Amino acid sequence: MRRALILAALLAALAGPAAAVTPDEQLADPALETRARVLSRELRCVVCQNQSIDESDAPLAHDLRVLLRERLAAGDSDDQAKAYLVDRYGSYVLLRPAFGPDTLLLWLGPLAVLALGGMGVAIYLRGRAVARPDQLAADRLDPDEEARVAALLNSDEAS
Amino acid sequence: MKRLLAIVPAVVFAGLMVAFVIGLGRDPSILPSMLIDKPLPVFDLPPVRAADTKGLASTDFRGEPALLNVFGSWCVTCRVEHPFLMQLKAQGVPIHGLDWKDQPGAGEAWLVRYGDPYQLAGDDPVGRTVIDLGVTGAPETFVVDRQGRVRYRHVGAITPEVWSKTLAPLMTKLKAES
Repeated sequence: MRRALILAALLAALAGPAAAVTPDEQLADPALETRARVLSRELRCVVCQNQSIDESDAPLAHDLRVLLRERLAAGDSDDQAKAYLVDRYGSYVLLRPAFGPDTLLLWLGPLAVLALGGMGVAIYLRGRAVARPDQLAADRLDPDEEARVAALLNSDEAS
Repeated sequence: MKRLLAIVPAVVFAGLMVAFVIGLGRDPSILPSMLIDKPLPVFDLPPVRAADTKGLASTDFRGEPALLNVFGSWCVTCRVEHPFLMQLKAQGVPIHGLDWKDQPGAGEAWLVRYGDPYQLAGDDPVGRTVIDLGVTGAPETFVVDRQGRVRYRHVGAITPEVWSKTLAPLMTKLKAES
């Protein structure tokens, strides 16, 4: 029983997102291969566009995986290897875009929308707060109305 | 002030509509080229045609504006584009071909079978030059000026419409440049 549980746990540990990396692409050096895997998960496949080159079966993604490993084996740092591809395909290949002039709208857009919405809410709430005292005065019944209400209530009790 | 605020949602909505309509007309699979107004990456490829003594090198793009057409015998859209390239060749438009990841001999067999629109043709069996060019799919065509700089990139087949509206005026302009 215990052995089965351990086996099940081991098998579960093996499960992970499907990768398209084939054994012949992999580097002999496990440290370099790990770096390549981490990097290729952050690089967009320019053919399929919503997959990383780590997941994509497209031939071009295969070529890019091999190229990336060559760059790392040749001594490129992670940033240099990424820059190599950005030089060719643009910042679009980065699944996590860098903060820069061309991605300003992407990064700050949501904050700007939030600020605009917040301003709208603030203006709305302030408008309500200002209206309240007059509103209360207007809502109060004048003596005539109070007398009629009292009469109505009394007549109701009498019936 | 209040009246001004009341039209804000309408203005924002109109702005969004304009952005969405523009977005509808764009093909998101076409990425901007990083090479525009930059020199071609350096390459020197072996010939596609066995009888040729030279293939295609980046230094061949000097002197006159020319087209660099990325193709492959495996590429269906290239087959669609091909008859029009033959027409352009007949009009005297200089086109050089870059054969992308073909089996040995397959590119030449394709040219023999359907006709050969290329002045020079280089073979890139590993696809490294194609990556240097930032190509995402075949066919793709680069317009290269006299100095060997990339001036325009067209993704997909060159149709008569693309030629007459975009590429032909650009080639005329580049020919007028010194």
